[in-house]
Amino acid sequence: MKNLFISVVLLLSVWLLLNASLSPVVIVSGLIVTAIIAIFFSARNPVFKDMKLNPKAIIYFFLYFFVFTFELFKANLDVAKRVISPKLPINPGIVEVRTRLTSKIGRLFLANSITLTPGTLTVDIKNDSLFIHWIDVSSTDIEGATKKIVENFEKYLEVIYG
Amino acid sequence: MEVLQITGGFVSLIGAVFLFLGSLGIVRMPDSYNRIQTGTKATTLGTLMFLIGVGLYNPSWFPKLIVLIFFILFTNPVSSHVLARAAYSIGTELTKLTVVDKLKDSRGEDIDA
Amino acid sequence: MADTLFLIAGGIIILSLFVAAIRFFLGPDPVDRVIAFDVLTIISISLIALIAHEAGRGIYLDVAVVYGLLSFLGVIVVAKYLERGL
Repeated sequence: MKNLFISVVLLLSVWLLLNASLSPVVIVSGLIVTAIIAIFFSARNPVFKDMKLNPKAIIYFFLYFFVFTFELFKANLDVAKRVISPKLPINPGIVEVRTRLTSKIGRLFLANSITLTPGTLTVDIKNDSLFIHWIDVSSTDIEGATKKIVENFEKYLEVIYG
Repeated sequence: MEVLQITGGFVSLIGAVFLFLGSLGIVRMPDSYNRIQTGTKATTLGTLMFLIGVGLYNPSWFPKLIVLIFFILFTNPVSSHVLARAAYSIGTELTKLTVVDKLKDSRGEDIDA
Repeated sequence: MADTLFLIAGGIIILSLFVAAIRFFLGPDPVDRVIAFDVLTIISISLIALIAHEAGRGIYLDVAVVYGLLSFLGVIVVAKYLERGL
Protein backbone atom coordinates (compact mmCIF):
# COMPACT_ATOMS: atom_id res chain seq x y z
CA MET A 1 0.00 0.00 0.00
CA LYS A 2 2.78 2.39 0.96
CA ASN A 3 4.64 1.27 -2.13
CA LEU A 4 1.62 2.15 -4.28
CA PHE A 5 1.16 5.52 -2.58
CA ILE A 6 4.77 6.64 -3.05
CA SER A 7 4.75 5.46 -6.67
CA VAL A 8 1.62 7.50 -7.42
CA VAL A 9 3.01 10.61 -5.71
CA LEU A 10 6.31 10.37 -7.58
CA LEU A 11 4.74 9.78 -10.99
CA LEU A 12 2.12 12.47 -10.46
CA SER A 13 4.72 15.06 -9.47
CA VAL A 14 6.75 14.34 -12.61
CA TRP A 15 3.57 14.64 -14.69
CA LEU A 16 2.61 17.96 -13.08
CA LEU A 17 6.14 19.36 -13.50
CA LEU A 18 6.20 18.38 -17.16
CA ASN A 19 2.82 20.04 -17.74
CA ALA A 20 3.65 23.06 -15.57
CA SER A 21 -0.02 23.71 -14.86
CA LEU A 22 -2.49 22.93 -12.08
CA SER A 23 -5.76 22.94 -14.05
CA PRO A 24 -8.33 20.29 -13.00
CA VAL A 25 -8.15 18.48 -16.35
CA VAL A 26 -4.40 17.92 -16.00
CA ILE A 27 -4.66 16.76 -12.38
CA VAL A 28 -7.54 14.34 -12.96
CA SER A 29 -6.12 12.75 -16.12
CA GLY A 30 -2.72 12.51 -14.43
CA LEU A 31 -4.20 10.80 -11.38
CA ILE A 32 -5.98 8.20 -13.51
CA VAL A 33 -2.95 7.37 -15.64
CA THR A 34 -0.46 7.30 -12.74
CA ALA A 35 -2.81 5.11 -10.67
CA ILE A 36 -3.04 2.59 -13.51
CA ILE A 37 0.73 2.54 -14.02
CA ALA A 38 1.41 2.25 -10.28
CA ILE A 39 -1.06 -0.64 -9.83
CA PHE A 40 0.56 -2.53 -12.70
CA PHE A 41 4.14 -2.05 -11.62
CA SER A 42 4.21 -1.77 -7.83
CA ALA A 43 2.97 -5.33 -7.30
CA ARG A 44 6.00 -6.75 -9.11
CA ASN A 45 8.50 -4.20 -7.95
CA PRO A 46 8.30 -3.33 -4.24
CA VAL A 47 11.21 -0.87 -4.17
CA PHE A 48 9.57 1.77 -1.99
CA LYS A 49 8.29 -0.69 0.59
CA ASP A 50 11.18 -0.02 2.99
CA MET A 51 10.86 3.74 2.92
CA LYS A 52 9.64 5.30 6.15
CA LEU A 53 7.05 8.04 6.10
CA ASN A 54 7.24 9.52 9.61
CA PRO A 55 8.05 13.24 10.11
CA LYS A 56 11.61 12.55 11.29
CA ALA A 57 12.40 10.65 8.10
CA ILE A 58 11.06 13.49 5.94
CA ILE A 59 13.12 16.09 7.83
CA TYR A 60 16.20 13.90 7.49
CA PHE A 61 15.49 13.52 3.78
CA PHE A 62 15.82 17.27 3.28
CA LEU A 63 18.87 17.44 5.57
CA TYR A 64 20.40 14.65 3.50
CA PHE A 65 19.69 16.59 0.33
CA PHE A 66 21.61 19.61 1.63
CA VAL A 67 24.53 17.54 2.92
CA PHE A 68 24.66 15.79 -0.43
CA THR A 69 24.66 19.03 -2.44
CA PHE A 70 27.44 20.44 -0.27
CA GLU A 71 29.53 17.28 -0.68
CA LEU A 72 28.91 17.32 -4.45
CA PHE A 73 30.33 20.83 -4.78
CA LYS A 74 33.27 20.30 -2.44
CA ALA A 75 34.35 17.08 -4.11
CA ASN A 76 33.90 18.42 -7.64
CA LEU A 77 36.22 21.31 -6.86
CA ASP A 78 38.73 18.76 -5.58
CA VAL A 79 38.64 16.74 -8.80
CA ALA A 80 38.78 19.89 -10.92
CA LYS A 81 41.94 20.86 -9.04
CA ARG A 82 43.46 17.44 -9.81
CA VAL A 83 42.58 17.66 -13.50
CA ILE A 84 44.14 21.05 -14.14
CA SER A 85 47.30 20.60 -12.07
CA PRO A 86 50.14 19.67 -14.45
CA LYS A 87 51.50 16.75 -12.38
CA LEU A 88 48.16 14.88 -12.21
CA PRO A 89 48.30 14.06 -8.46
CA ILE A 90 46.28 10.84 -8.31
CA ASN A 91 46.73 7.83 -6.06
CA PRO A 92 43.99 5.42 -7.18
CA GLY A 93 42.93 2.04 -5.86
CA ILE A 94 39.91 -0.16 -5.13
CA VAL A 95 38.99 -0.37 -1.44
CA GLU A 96 36.32 -2.32 0.42
CA VAL A 97 33.82 -0.71 2.78
CA ARG A 98 30.96 -2.14 4.82
CA THR A 99 27.46 -0.76 5.17
CA ARG A 100 24.86 -1.17 7.90
CA LEU A 101 21.94 -0.50 5.57
CA THR A 102 19.77 -3.52 4.85
CA SER A 103 17.07 -2.33 2.45
CA LYS A 104 17.68 -2.40 -1.28
CA ILE A 105 16.66 1.17 -1.99
CA GLY A 106 18.78 2.42 0.90
CA ARG A 107 21.80 0.73 -0.63
CA LEU A 108 20.90 2.13 -4.04
CA PHE A 109 20.88 5.65 -2.62
CA LEU A 110 24.13 5.04 -0.76
CA ALA A 111 25.87 3.68 -3.86
CA ASN A 112 24.54 6.56 -5.96
CA SER A 113 25.70 9.14 -3.43
CA ILE A 114 29.13 7.58 -3.23
CA THR A 115 29.38 7.54 -7.01
CA LEU A 116 28.29 11.14 -7.41
CA THR A 117 30.78 12.60 -4.97
CA PRO A 118 33.89 12.55 -7.14
CA GLY A 119 36.91 10.70 -5.97
CA THR A 120 34.83 7.63 -5.22
CA LEU A 121 33.05 5.26 -7.61
CA THR A 122 31.10 2.15 -6.65
CA VAL A 123 32.38 -0.77 -8.72
CA ASP A 124 30.59 -3.75 -7.15
CA ILE A 125 28.32 -4.75 -4.27
CA LYS A 126 28.53 -8.09 -2.50
CA ASN A 127 26.40 -8.75 0.58
CA ASP A 128 27.48 -6.06 3.05
CA SER A 129 30.57 -4.96 1.16
CA LEU A 130 30.82 -2.19 -1.37
CA PHE A 131 33.92 -2.12 -3.56
CA ILE A 132 34.87 1.44 -4.30
CA HIS A 133 37.36 2.88 -6.73
CA TRP A 134 39.00 5.76 -4.90
CA ILE A 135 41.01 8.33 -6.77
CA ASP A 136 43.12 9.27 -3.73
CA VAL A 137 43.46 6.32 -1.36
CA SER A 138 44.28 7.47 2.15
CA SER A 139 43.47 4.32 4.16
CA THR A 140 43.41 0.79 2.79
CA ASP A 141 41.80 -1.09 5.69
CA ILE A 142 38.05 -1.63 5.83
CA GLU A 143 37.32 0.40 8.98
CA GLY A 144 39.26 3.48 7.96
CA ALA A 145 37.80 3.57 4.47
CA THR A 146 34.28 3.02 5.79
CA LYS A 147 34.67 5.92 8.19
CA LYS A 148 35.90 8.26 5.48
CA ILE A 149 33.52 7.39 2.65
CA VAL A 150 30.29 5.95 3.99
CA GLU A 151 29.48 7.37 7.41
CA ASN A 152 28.63 10.87 6.37
CA PHE A 153 25.74 9.63 4.22
CA GLU A 154 24.82 6.56 6.21
CA LYS A 155 23.65 8.37 9.32
CA TYR A 156 20.95 10.12 7.29
CA LEU A 157 20.00 7.20 5.06
CA GLU A 158 19.61 4.95 8.09
CA VAL A 159 16.78 7.12 9.38
CA ILE A 160 15.10 7.41 5.97
CA TYR A 161 15.27 3.82 4.76
CA GLY A 162 16.50 1.68 7.63
CA MET B 1 14.89 41.15 -13.02
CA GLU B 2 18.19 42.18 -14.56
CA VAL B 3 20.08 40.87 -11.52
CA LEU B 4 18.43 37.46 -11.87
CA GLN B 5 19.43 37.24 -15.53
CA ILE B 6 23.05 38.17 -14.89
CA THR B 7 23.21 35.65 -12.02
CA GLY B 8 21.84 33.03 -14.42
CA GLY B 9 24.55 33.92 -16.92
CA PHE B 10 27.30 33.54 -14.32
CA VAL B 11 25.96 30.23 -13.00
CA SER B 12 25.78 28.90 -16.58
CA LEU B 13 29.32 30.05 -17.25
CA ILE B 14 30.63 28.20 -14.18
CA GLY B 15 28.70 25.12 -15.29
CA ALA B 16 30.26 25.31 -18.74
CA VAL B 17 33.72 25.51 -17.15
CA PHE B 18 32.97 22.32 -15.18
CA LEU B 19 31.83 20.63 -18.41
CA PHE B 20 35.13 21.58 -19.99
CA LEU B 21 37.11 20.26 -17.01
CA GLY B 22 35.21 16.99 -17.21
CA SER B 23 36.05 16.50 -20.87
CA LEU B 24 39.65 17.53 -20.20
CA GLY B 25 39.70 14.92 -17.45
CA ILE B 26 38.78 12.04 -19.74
CA VAL B 27 41.65 13.00 -22.05
CA ARG B 28 44.27 13.37 -19.31
CA MET B 29 43.53 10.49 -16.94
CA PRO B 30 45.63 7.33 -17.29
CA ASP B 31 43.07 4.50 -17.06
CA SER B 32 39.38 3.80 -17.67
CA TYR B 33 38.29 3.96 -14.04
CA ASN B 34 39.80 7.37 -13.44
CA ARG B 35 38.24 8.55 -16.70
CA ILE B 36 34.84 7.41 -15.47
CA GLN B 37 35.48 9.31 -12.24
CA THR B 38 36.29 12.65 -13.80
CA GLY B 39 34.24 12.25 -16.94
CA THR B 40 30.82 11.44 -15.66
CA LYS B 41 30.88 13.46 -12.46
CA ALA B 42 32.36 16.84 -13.21
CA THR B 43 29.99 16.86 -16.17
CA THR B 44 27.02 16.08 -13.88
CA LEU B 45 27.71 19.15 -11.76
CA GLY B 46 28.39 21.19 -14.91
CA THR B 47 25.08 20.22 -16.49
CA LEU B 48 23.17 20.87 -13.27
CA MET B 49 24.65 24.35 -12.93
CA PHE B 50 24.11 25.16 -16.59
CA LEU B 51 20.45 24.11 -16.43
CA ILE B 52 19.93 26.12 -13.22
CA GLY B 53 21.47 29.13 -14.94
CA VAL B 54 19.11 28.78 -17.91
CA GLY B 55 16.24 28.41 -15.44
CA LEU B 56 17.22 31.64 -13.63
CA TYR B 57 17.11 33.50 -16.94
CA ASN B 58 13.74 31.98 -17.93
CA PRO B 59 11.87 31.31 -14.65
CA SER B 60 8.83 29.89 -16.49
CA TRP B 61 10.93 26.92 -17.63
CA PHE B 62 11.79 25.83 -14.13
CA PRO B 63 9.32 22.91 -13.80
CA LYS B 64 10.65 21.11 -16.85
CA LEU B 65 14.25 21.87 -15.88
CA ILE B 66 13.65 20.35 -12.44
CA VAL B 67 12.51 17.11 -14.09
CA LEU B 68 15.64 17.16 -16.27
CA ILE B 69 17.93 17.92 -13.30
CA PHE B 70 16.57 15.10 -11.15
CA PHE B 71 16.67 12.71 -14.07
CA ILE B 72 20.36 13.45 -14.66
CA LEU B 73 21.12 13.32 -10.94
CA PHE B 74 19.66 9.81 -10.64
CA THR B 75 20.70 8.20 -13.92
CA ASN B 76 24.28 9.45 -14.23
CA PRO B 77 25.73 7.60 -11.23
CA VAL B 78 23.88 4.44 -12.28
CA SER B 79 25.36 4.49 -15.76
CA SER B 80 28.86 5.19 -14.47
CA HIS B 81 28.55 2.37 -11.94
CA VAL B 82 27.34 -0.09 -14.62
CA LEU B 83 30.21 0.98 -16.88
CA ALA B 84 32.77 0.54 -14.11
CA ARG B 85 31.50 -2.95 -13.30
CA ALA B 86 31.50 -3.93 -16.96
CA ALA B 87 35.04 -2.57 -17.31
CA TYR B 88 36.17 -4.60 -14.32
CA SER B 89 34.54 -7.84 -15.42
CA ILE B 90 36.04 -7.72 -18.92
CA GLY B 91 39.42 -7.22 -17.29
CA THR B 92 40.26 -3.64 -18.14
CA GLU B 93 43.65 -2.94 -16.60
CA LEU B 94 44.18 -0.56 -13.73
CA THR B 95 46.93 1.99 -14.12
CA LYS B 96 50.39 1.35 -12.70
CA LEU B 97 49.83 4.08 -10.12
CA THR B 98 47.20 1.92 -8.40
CA VAL B 99 48.06 1.25 -4.76
CA VAL B 100 45.46 -1.35 -3.73
CA ASP B 101 42.87 -3.64 -5.37
CA LYS B 102 40.64 -5.29 -2.78
CA LEU B 103 38.13 -6.50 -5.37
CA LYS B 104 40.73 -8.74 -6.99
CA ASP B 105 41.37 -10.55 -3.70
CA SER B 106 37.64 -11.00 -3.15
CA ARG B 107 37.00 -12.43 -6.63
CA GLY B 108 40.03 -14.67 -6.27
CA GLU B 109 38.52 -16.22 -3.13
CA ASP B 110 35.31 -16.95 -5.01
CA ILE B 111 37.16 -18.94 -7.64
CA ASP B 112 39.03 -20.98 -5.02
CA ALA B 113 35.88 -21.83 -3.08
CA MET C 1 25.50 41.42 -20.26
CA ALA C 2 23.73 38.16 -19.53
CA ASP C 3 23.54 37.36 -23.25
CA THR C 4 27.31 37.77 -23.57
CA LEU C 5 27.82 35.40 -20.64
CA PHE C 6 25.61 32.80 -22.29
CA LEU C 7 27.52 33.18 -25.56
CA ILE C 8 30.86 32.61 -23.78
CA ALA C 9 29.37 29.59 -22.01
CA GLY C 10 28.24 28.24 -25.39
CA GLY C 11 31.75 28.65 -26.76
CA ILE C 12 33.22 26.72 -23.83
CA ILE C 13 30.62 23.95 -24.27
CA ILE C 14 31.45 23.52 -27.96
CA LEU C 15 35.17 23.47 -27.13
CA SER C 16 34.60 20.74 -24.55
CA LEU C 17 32.66 18.72 -27.15
CA PHE C 18 35.79 18.74 -29.30
CA VAL C 19 38.03 17.79 -26.38
CA ALA C 20 35.76 14.85 -25.47
CA ALA C 21 35.75 13.77 -29.12
CA ILE C 22 39.55 13.35 -28.91
CA ARG C 23 39.09 10.55 -26.36
CA PHE C 24 36.29 9.12 -28.50
CA PHE C 25 38.69 8.72 -31.44
CA LEU C 26 41.74 7.67 -29.41
CA GLY C 27 40.06 4.82 -27.55
CA PRO C 28 41.90 2.54 -26.87
CA ASP C 29 39.37 0.23 -25.13
CA PRO C 30 35.68 -0.02 -25.97
CA VAL C 31 34.99 1.15 -22.41
CA ASP C 32 36.89 4.38 -23.05
CA ARG C 33 34.78 5.07 -26.11
CA VAL C 34 31.57 4.46 -24.18
CA ILE C 35 32.75 6.90 -21.50
CA ALA C 36 33.50 9.49 -24.16
CA PHE C 37 30.07 8.86 -25.70
CA ASP C 38 28.42 9.35 -22.30
CA VAL C 39 30.25 12.61 -21.73
CA LEU C 40 29.38 13.80 -25.24
CA THR C 41 25.66 13.18 -24.67
CA ILE C 42 25.68 14.91 -21.29
CA ILE C 43 27.37 17.93 -22.84
CA SER C 44 24.84 17.81 -25.68
CA ILE C 45 21.98 18.10 -23.17
CA SER C 46 23.48 21.40 -22.01
CA LEU C 47 23.88 22.46 -25.63
CA ILE C 48 20.20 21.70 -26.34
CA ALA C 49 19.22 23.77 -23.29
CA LEU C 50 21.39 26.60 -24.61
CA ILE C 51 19.74 26.39 -28.04
CA ALA C 52 16.31 26.47 -26.36
CA HIS C 53 17.41 29.58 -24.50
CA GLU C 54 18.78 31.34 -27.59
CA ALA C 55 15.70 30.47 -29.66
CA GLY C 56 13.42 31.39 -26.75
CA ARG C 57 11.37 28.23 -27.14
CA GLY C 58 10.78 26.13 -24.00
CA ILE C 59 9.44 23.25 -26.08
CA TYR C 60 13.01 22.35 -27.10
CA LEU C 61 13.64 21.21 -23.53
CA ASP C 62 11.46 18.17 -24.23
CA VAL C 63 14.06 17.16 -26.78
CA ALA C 64 16.69 17.33 -24.04
CA VAL C 65 14.60 15.13 -21.72
CA VAL C 66 14.12 12.44 -24.38
CA TYR C 67 17.77 12.69 -25.39
CA GLY C 68 18.91 12.14 -21.83
CA LEU C 69 16.64 9.11 -21.53
CA LEU C 70 17.93 7.55 -24.73
CA SER C 71 21.60 8.14 -23.89
CA PHE C 72 21.12 6.55 -20.45
CA LEU C 73 19.52 3.48 -22.02
CA GLY C 74 22.24 3.34 -24.66
CA VAL C 75 25.05 3.33 -22.11
CA ILE C 76 23.32 0.67 -19.98
CA VAL C 77 22.75 -1.58 -22.99
CA VAL C 78 26.34 -1.28 -24.23
CA ALA C 79 27.70 -1.94 -20.72
CA LYS C 80 25.53 -5.04 -20.36
CA TYR C 81 26.70 -6.20 -23.76
CA LEU C 82 30.35 -5.74 -22.80
CA GLU C 83 29.83 -7.58 -19.52
CA ARG C 84 28.39 -10.85 -20.74
CA GLY C 85 26.74 -10.42 -24.11
CA LEU C 86 23.07 -9.55 -24.54
